[in-house]
Amino acid sequence: MTNTTDTATTATGLSAPPPTVEEALANPAPPVVAASVTIPGETQSRVALTDTSVQLLRKLWEQYGPLMFHQSGGCCDGSSPMCYPAGDFLTSDNDVLLGVFDIGDTQPQTIEFWMSREQFQYWSHTHLTVDVVKGRGSGFSVEAPEGVRFLIRSRLMDTATPFV
Amino acid sequence: MTVYAAPGTPDSLVTFKPRYEHWIGGEWVKPVKGQYFENPSPVNGKTFTEVARGTAEDIEVALDAAHKAFPSWGKTSPAERAAVLNRIADVIDANVELLSVAETWENGKPVREPLNEDIPLAADHFRYFAAAIRAQDGDHAELNSDTVAYHFHEPLGVVGQIIPWNFPILMATWKLAPALAAGNTIVLKPAEQTPASILVLIELIGDILPPGVVNIVNGFGVEAGKPLASSPRIRKIAFTGETTTGRLILQYASANIIPSTIELGGKSPNIFFGDVADQKDNFYNKALEGFSLYLFNQGEVCTCPSRALIQKSIYDGFLGDAVERTKKAIQGNPLDTDTQVGAQSSNDQLEKILSYIDIGKQEGAKLALGGSRVDLGGDLTDGFYVEPTIFEGHNSMRLFQEEIFGPVVAVTSFTDYNDAISLANDTLYGLGAGVWSRNGNVAYRAGREIQAGRVWINNYHNYPAGAAFGGYKSSGIGRENNKLALEHYQQTKNLLVSYSEDPLGYF
Repeated sequence: MTNTTDTATTATGLSAPPPTVEEALANPAPPVVAASVTIPGETQSRVALTDTSVQLLRKLWEQYGPLMFHQSGGCCDGSSPMCYPAGDFLTSDNDVLLGVFDIGDTQPQTIEFWMSREQFQYWSHTHLTVDVVKGRGSGFSVEAPEGVRFLIRSRLMDTATPFV
Repeated sequence: MTVYAAPGTPDSLVTFKPRYEHWIGGEWVKPVKGQYFENPSPVNGKTFTEVARGTAEDIEVALDAAHKAFPSWGKTSPAERAAVLNRIADVIDANVELLSVAETWENGKPVREPLNEDIPLAADHFRYFAAAIRAQDGDHAELNSDTVAYHFHEPLGVVGQIIPWNFPILMATWKLAPALAAGNTIVLKPAEQTPASILVLIELIGDILPPGVVNIVNGFGVEAGKPLASSPRIRKIAFTGETTTGRLILQYASANIIPSTIELGGKSPNIFFGDVADQKDNFYNKALEGFSLYLFNQGEVCTCPSRALIQKSIYDGFLGDAVERTKKAIQGNPLDTDTQVGAQSSNDQLEKILSYIDIGKQEGAKLALGGSRVDLGGDLTDGFYVEPTIFEGHNSMRLFQEEIFGPVVAVTSFTDYNDAISLANDTLYGLGAGVWSRNGNVAYRAGREIQAGRVWINNYHNYPAGAAFGGYKSSGIGRENNKLALEHYQQTKNLLVSYSEDPLGYF
């Protein structure tokens, strides 16, 4: 049995192949699931999922059970979200829960999105959308064998303005 | 000047096999579950081989082989181990072009880089550790006239190593050489983006090593890397890669109470003090090249000088000259020795870089050069190429704080020395930094105040064996490239010996 990056569509059961890079940046996929607000004192959701992400996460849930995200900094496959079975990655007081997604159809299927506190200080002015692209990410993120990779697309939070 | 024939064409120096198995116990071993994954080349986007897709079962087989080999390898003399490492270095030296073409095809880097850097450095690395282990002495303390404490360096045993894709052969070497020198046996898990070039190397050196001393299991992180890192059968796990995975590695190590050394990347500042422009001489020329070195390996380096800090007094002139210098960078076919900027290593890297260019613009950064994907046409049209890009902005932008891992530099100014240090240290990371100044005192003090494990003074991207390399802060733990690394792969045995015949008198 072979797994290929060229057949991401059939490998993941996604309804359509991920767009090309240019297509994705010109017409960003609309976020369909917004995470709940989890930071005390805040009112705006900070993280969202695209439809492709939701489909992929549902498929991964079937294989791995409940899932979680931790946003990685650093080199190589960093600056990208890592998806693990929930609880595999130990979070601590030094991490921030940015939000909780519910990708469930008939029953709740909640997924927490975490980031280290020190990193959050530099990210807090941006809203994050978790999207999916063709690829060969590594680390131990669970989607890699599917021939795709989670990716963050960002925009300024409504409450933020560009740096002068 | 020279364009090497692409693998798969008649004149190519290297022919990849259509399929690669694991390398375990000195031979090719099929994956237990019989699965393989395709390996595309970033040069043209097309698959050129398939590689064994390892799982926990294969990791167990590899650990069996490493455990079987350890009692003997761990007891060989330093001189014998050094001879093995030196023979490996000789084989690498004899195959520089072949290995360079293999790496370029798999990683996308321009072939002049492995020809001049990666591969010669790998050979020298083995020689350095061959020398270091022979010169390493133990220690003793004469505690009293009847009691002596002898301190011996002993190997840890079987160790696990997980490496990244940006310098496939050199990153393997930085891990393998000290571990082997110290008498350990190894299970290595290469990156899934670059699983094959290390196997081309092991085909050349496999019979120099006793069977089972080095074992290579390829596969995906979650399927092969995780079982290796969390195995109770290894005595250490070493890792180079991104931050979150590094934390997970430490987590697994803590569960098994084993040591771990990790290198997690950086956002290295390249600092140009005003005196650099005092004269437009050869040194100024060198400084301009220093700015452009963010393009080395397409920016896919943990120490990429991706933040340029230019003193305000020279900002406009220096940046103007730097932009012109960067425009001269030649991007093209990675197998052409004239090419300076090659392909990014995968589609998801390409997408990530473009998403950072996008957020940079949204944050208000100003584009001084580049900013787009490039289609090089012909055979290269599906390859992953991004044009050299320069942004100007503010050090708090995400563009300035995160590893983009592409040919993108973020530029800002500083007023004076204290401002420079403050900006340089305003980062989560501390792996590399560059300081450019004609004034030795300024350069020295800046080097000592910057919180990074490697500060290049009046140079950059120089990785000689013997110069310790590793992170401060969130860039990791441990040092490589220096005899210090031997101790990361050894433990101390204290023999506390009494030469007295008399009892203590207690019982």
